Amino acid sequence: MEFLLINHPLDCPICDQGGECELQDLSMGYGDGVSRFTEGKRVVKDKDIGPLIQTDMTRCIHCTRCVRFGQEIAGIMELGATGRGEHMEIGTYVEHSLVSELSGNIIDLCPVGALTSKPFRYKARAWELTAHPTIAPHDAVGSNIELHIRKNDVMRVVPRDNEAINEAWLSDRDRFSYLGLNSAERIAEPMIKKAGQWQTTDWQTALETAVEGVKGIVAKHGPEELGGLISPTATLEEAYLFQKWLRGLGTKNIDHRLRQQDFADSQSDFSLNDWALADIDDSDAIVLLGSNIRAEQPIIAHRIRQAALSGATVSNINFFESDLLMPVQHQLAVDAKDMAYYTLAGIAKALTQANKEDAAEWRELLGERRPSPFEQNVALQLSNARNATLFVGDLINHHPQASVFRALAKLIASLSKTTLVILPTANSNAHLKAKTLPSENGMNTMQMWQSDLCAYVLMGVDPQMDTAIPDDARRALKRASFVVAINSFHSDVINEHADVILPAACFAETSGTFIGIDQQWQRFAGGVEPRGDSRPGWKILRVLANVSQLNGFEHISSQDVVDEIESEWNMGQKPASHDFIPESFSVTSDLMLISEVPMYRTDSLLRHSNALQQTPENKANDVARMNQQEADKRGVNHQLPVIIKQGENQISLPLEIDDAIADGCIYVAAATLASVAIGRMFGQVEITQAGPSS
Amino acid sequence: MTEMLLTGPKEGLFTETLREQMDTWIAKYPAGQAQSAVIPCLHILQAANEGWLTTAIMDALASYLSIPAISVYEVATFYTMFELSPVGKHKISVCTNISCMLCGSEKVMQHIEQKLNIKPGQTTEDGLFTLKEVECLGACVGAPMMLVDKQYHEFLTEDKIDDILDRLNS
Ligand code: SF4
Ligand code: FES
Repeated sequence: MEFLLINHPLDCPICDQGGECELQDLSMGYGDGVSRFTEGKRVVKDKDIGPLIQTDMTRCIHCTRCVRFGQEIAGIMELGATGRGEHMEIGTYVEHSLVSELSGNIIDLCPVGALTSKPFRYKARAWELTAHPTIAPHDAVGSNIELHIRKNDVMRVVPRDNEAINEAWLSDRDRFSYLGLNSAERIAEPMIKKAGQWQTTDWQTALETAVEGVKGIVAKHGPEELGGLISPTATLEEAYLFQKWLRGLGTKNIDHRLRQQDFADSQSDFSLNDWALADIDDSDAIVLLGSNIRAEQPIIAHRIRQAALSGATVSNINFFESDLLMPVQHQLAVDAKDMAYYTLAGIAKALTQANKEDAAEWRELLGERRPSPFEQNVALQLSNARNATLFVGDLINHHPQASVFRALAKLIASLSKTTLVILPTANSNAHLKAKTLPSENGMNTMQMWQSDLCAYVLMGVDPQMDTAIPDDARRALKRASFVVAINSFHSDVINEHADVILPAACFAETSGTFIGIDQQWQRFAGGVEPRGDSRPGWKILRVLANVSQLNGFEHISSQDVVDEIESEWNMGQKPASHDFIPESFSVTSDLMLISEVPMYRTDSLLRHSNALQQTPENKANDVARMNQQEADKRGVNHQLPVIIKQGENQISLPLEIDDAIADGCIYVAAATLASVAIGRMFGQVEITQAGPSS
Repeated sequence: MTEMLLTGPKEGLFTETLREQMDTWIAKYPAGQAQSAVIPCLHILQAANEGWLTTAIMDALASYLSIPAISVYEVATFYTMFELSPVGKHKISVCTNISCMLCGSEKVMQHIEQKLNIKPGQTTEDGLFTLKEVECLGACVGAPMMLVDKQYHEFLTEDKIDDILDRLNS
């Protein structure tokens, strides 16, 4: 104890860890009351390791937990012990921000106050906080977390152990998103637009205006002219009441798949039964298809890494190569056209060669191709495995021809007895249960935006940032005669085109249910009062239904809603499933824009979390990337910005030469202010060099 | 000194001769454990860069060995034989650990300090000598001792030190 304290400052009252410090506890329990050490203590300069983690390195006791976390869990060793003896220091040596998407966990690991949360620094003392268990809203696994609350403010978020889900870890995204709760952009009061001017009003008036407007449209133009779109981050209860209310008004146009562009395979059944996250640990072969898994689902990436370290083979097929921080056997960056036509079809073909009986209906489509060595290797990897898993990620799911890829993935999975996992977005599994999906002959997201309906009801949707074709969304809302937004945050498009804004409570402020990738229903209660005059979404929807004079909305608590969903689900017939078989594998060619929603921009709450927006990986988003060869071919270089043209839209971005990007592709992050102007995620684009600015 | 290539694909890093030298060391360890060769590789690179290592060299070595850069920094900052800033032509490392201390290393140090007019950690103005204080070099039987470049000098006296340094100076 005395040795540990030789260089450790004894100023616990000014240390942010005070009150929750393992060293302080040990010292209290076993240490002496007085220090015999009278010599000078050493001082270590603090390091800047980014906007999320604050260092106070004089307090470090060299336990090297943070170093080993990097090595063993995050898979990226960024911190190390440099120097020796008295001069040993923990740091990055060359100052830089940590890039690990799990970096926040070292805050919990560090036994002393050397590594603490930067946004939380000096904000509160551990003993002033009350802990409230809840479920994290961003990763599609439903990480178990604890809100640390003082009065009515969420002061920080820490993980709760749950071996079946997040183990002891938490992604930075779910740890720091709470910072958005107190954003100045939060909507505090119900608002209605009168003669083009926004006015705050009371709930009653706002609700009545909303219902009158919507009902008016339905009466005048028919319910086909009403569309409802809800964000997949909404809770199960919100999703259920949303669709129940709108269906009660007669419309069939309901959807939550905001960024999906291809709905041809909506009859296919991709649901996973009896699959748990822990099954990843037992997989001995894992193939990632169109998923930048570390950014998309950090906790799943962590599980895959652990599987890879214990011997599973991993293959990665995407539009760009990425560093997965784990041993990868086969990696291929290929454009969409070749991915469908050669890679996936080739793997399928290689698998059918082993068993000629299989997949008769695909025979003609697959034709007489000869699988490449890569395709054969992946086929072997899957068919030789005892327990293989194929993950299909957002880059495929958001692709305009997603159905072709998913159909091939399904074929490959069934030929090789592989578990197919279509990665969900946030709480989208709950939305499938709650049926925030178009009814028969109803419109899906794309059709709703493209048909310029008369009225839209949006819940948690920022039409600019959360949609596949921001352009269509903007235009549709502009032309619509009535728009209701049940949102938590202001956004330009909503302010410009909505007629009624109903402020909804956010994560942490409402009770609800989260259904993660493994289909576990996790209930949680609200931890703090909703900001300002906002109300929990499920209550808003219930009252909207009451005001609309619909029956069956007598729910008193969100539990009542869940009970109803459960009984309906148990009684209801599972929809018949038809596997989608594409007519051909041809996917549009030429220079393709590939877009991915960056990790910290997937929903409004994240986009309002300042610390996350300050991270270097987030700031690196405002560039276009393509490989050297492609740039040469198109006659552009990185010295001047490039102009990317899609239809009538164009944006200008700096070009970064990045040889990880596949030939024929240009990568632009979606959901950023720079990229929304282009109008559509994915699709054909033209590129030219911008002239020197005059 | 030939230019070393410090960026780009790892097959082309440094120079061909340096790669050959390093590869013989890497080959001594089991496949996939190139990290074990980090010390000899640092020696080779340090020798090729006027006796010291730049961050760029360490980064390049990290990608050459496919290990995290911090793993190279850790080693380079740990061992006193690696230099992270420019050094003189000759490096004098005086041991001041227990045996040498008992046999008068303090005087040895003092004498050199006066003679060269530098303190430990410094380099003479003409760039000829760098003085360092180091821990036990395993030559306690010959205490007090110092290491000049690659040569051990034992049973040091003031005359002997003068002699050694003057010879290097001429
Ligand atoms: S976890 Fe904290 S105390 Fe331990 S080595 Fe890292 S910074 Fe130091
Ligand atoms: S103490 Fe000086 S060489 Fe051992």
